[in-house]
Amino acid sequence: MLRVESIYKSFDDFMAVNGACLTVERGALVAVIGPNGAGKTTLFNLITGLHKPDRGKIIFEGQEIGGLAPYEICRRGVARAFQIANIFPRLSVFENVQVAVFARQRQSHNLFQPAQKLARAETDAILQSTGLESQARRVAGALSHGDQRILEIAIALGSQPHLLILDEPTAGMSPEETAKTMNLVQQLARARGITILFCEHDMDIVFSVAQSIMVMRHGETIIQATPDEVRQNHQVQEAYLGGADA
Amino acid sequence: MSAENEKTVYESACIRENPRSKNEIVMYGVMLPKHMPIKLAAPRWLWLTLALLLALLLLPLAAPLFYIYIISVIFVTALLAMSLNLVLGYGGVYQFHHAVFYGVGAYTATLLITELAMPAWLAFAAGPVVAAFTGLLIGWFCVRLTKLYFGMLQIALGSLVWVIAYRWYDVTGGDNGIHDIPMPEFLMSFQGAYYFILIITVVCVALMYLILNSPFGATLQAIRDNPERCEAIGVNVRQHQLIGIVIASFFGGVAGVLFVALERSVFPGLLFWVLSLEILVMCLLGGWFTFAGPILGAAIVVALRTVASRYTDYWTTILGIVLILLIFFLPEGVMGWARERFKPRASKADQGGVS
Ligand SMILES: Nc1ncnc2c1ncn2[C@@H]1O[C@H](COP(=O)(O)OP(=O)(O)O)[C@@H](O)[C@H]1O
Ligand SMILES: [Mg+2]
Repeated sequence: MLRVESIYKSFDDFMAVNGACLTVERGALVAVIGPNGAGKTTLFNLITGLHKPDRGKIIFEGQEIGGLAPYEICRRGVARAFQIANIFPRLSVFENVQVAVFARQRQSHNLFQPAQKLARAETDAILQSTGLESQARRVAGALSHGDQRILEIAIALGSQPHLLILDEPTAGMSPEETAKTMNLVQQLARARGITILFCEHDMDIVFSVAQSIMVMRHGETIIQATPDEVRQNHQVQEAYLGGADA
Repeated sequence: MSAENEKTVYESACIRENPRSKNEIVMYGVMLPKHMPIKLAAPRWLWLTLALLLALLLLPLAAPLFYIYIISVIFVTALLAMSLNLVLGYGGVYQFHHAVFYGVGAYTATLLITELAMPAWLAFAAGPVVAAFTGLLIGWFCVRLTKLYFGMLQIALGSLVWVIAYRWYDVTGGDNGIHDIPMPEFLMSFQGAYYFILIITVVCVALMYLILNSPFGATLQAIRDNPERCEAIGVNVRQHQLIGIVIASFFGGVAGVLFVALERSVFPGLLFWVLSLEILVMCLLGGWFTFAGPILGAAIVVALRTVASRYTDYWTTILGIVLILLIFFLPEGVMGWARERFKPRASKADQGGVS
């Protein structure tokens, strides 16, 4: 479904992503791991069009998407939740999701119909499945940190993605919130067949949830394999799991 | 869940009619009634607005001419300020030289009447269209920049338009402007002009209310809050901002035409940057996160200007002082302050959307 072929991105002279490779099969749950600054977020930014790659290819569903504008990539079926809650703070929780639904329905140019009557069922369903329905009318900026991160995912679901990219979905969450969020993620993958690509610091979560793990370091891909193979890999053990970041 | 089941849910992508019941939708594994109770946008202020409208309709029967004139000026100015706020407060677009579109609307209508002897109605209709087109042209360059750079470029491009009006003596009358523009019979009286302006203003304000409550309006507010995220959910941000600018320019042009209908004259001051600053102050003063704020701001500024001009020539200085006081004491404007001060329940402030 998604194939990233030796992709490069530098900021000034610093190579943030240095020939990373990644394959995501349809329906899979794929994790990217690596120490802070390994280039995981930058890789996601490249896939979703926030940055343009210097070199390399990004093929999604058979088409090259590298260098397209973010909104074009989203329309092809890649949605993304950000590492730092990136919501619409002055809109209500409901409107946060509704705006994404409007965009997907190509309704955002609709000038004269009242927004309140449109896209309600779909928006409500997303809020229910993410457990945000009781907060629907609150201003999004007033939500707790954990709920903002969930809303982050809910907004991405409004795009009805084929591939959902989650950047450290549980960062800064309490253990209960973390469990809830990972349940949600697995539910999305299993019940709805959404392909999920995520990165995560908690190794227990990664090894219990992911079907395939890509290990990154200094912008390079060390290995992409099943959790068992990654555990066995000497290079990974030396470079990462056995090191200070384990 | 079985593999087969997974596939159906995935392929149906989202909405699937439940064959058993026509009134339910299965979505994301959740059952929902098909017809959700819809809370209408019943404006809380509906009755107050209607009462106010009635009072305004009856006003010319009782009020002295001077007040009819001043209130007409307030309508025109309020429409201008609201058109700016459509992109400023709701779109987060730094439209720093909005007066240009007001001026273009006014000059277009005037020149079509004086130079081409067009019927007034046609000229009035052309004003906003040409203003919107100017908005498209200037906006096309500006949306390529962000925030302050956007505003600076707009001031630069807008000043070019001002120079044309100011320098092209043969056509625009230069700094003298054009006066005693011929008008249809019933606009020659203050009462006639008053009703004309009242009706057009009310129609335009209603249209802007509709637009701000539409999916486009919601998207515009989302762009204001977080343009980066809007791109990520599939919104072409520049295109939406450009459409917003064109709409705002159109209504700004309507205000320009109404000015001509009231004053029967035009002059370069209509598209000078000082006026742009003035309407910016109106939006900030009234409360630029509220729908009606700019009306209030326009009323206050027009009243202040009318009173001040009796005693002093330093109107711009007063405006500057108002701006400074505003920044320090009422950062969310009068309406924002009132909402904070008098909010009925704590949860009220929690409700988003256009109020
Ligand atoms: N926009 C940017 N400009 C300059 N440097 C950046 C930018 N984004 C990321 N970097 C740098 O690239 C490196 C990789 O960052 P990032 O992709 O965020 O790592 P990770 O998400 O794996 O922690 C970091 O050293 C960071 O400082
Ligand atoms: Mg990161």
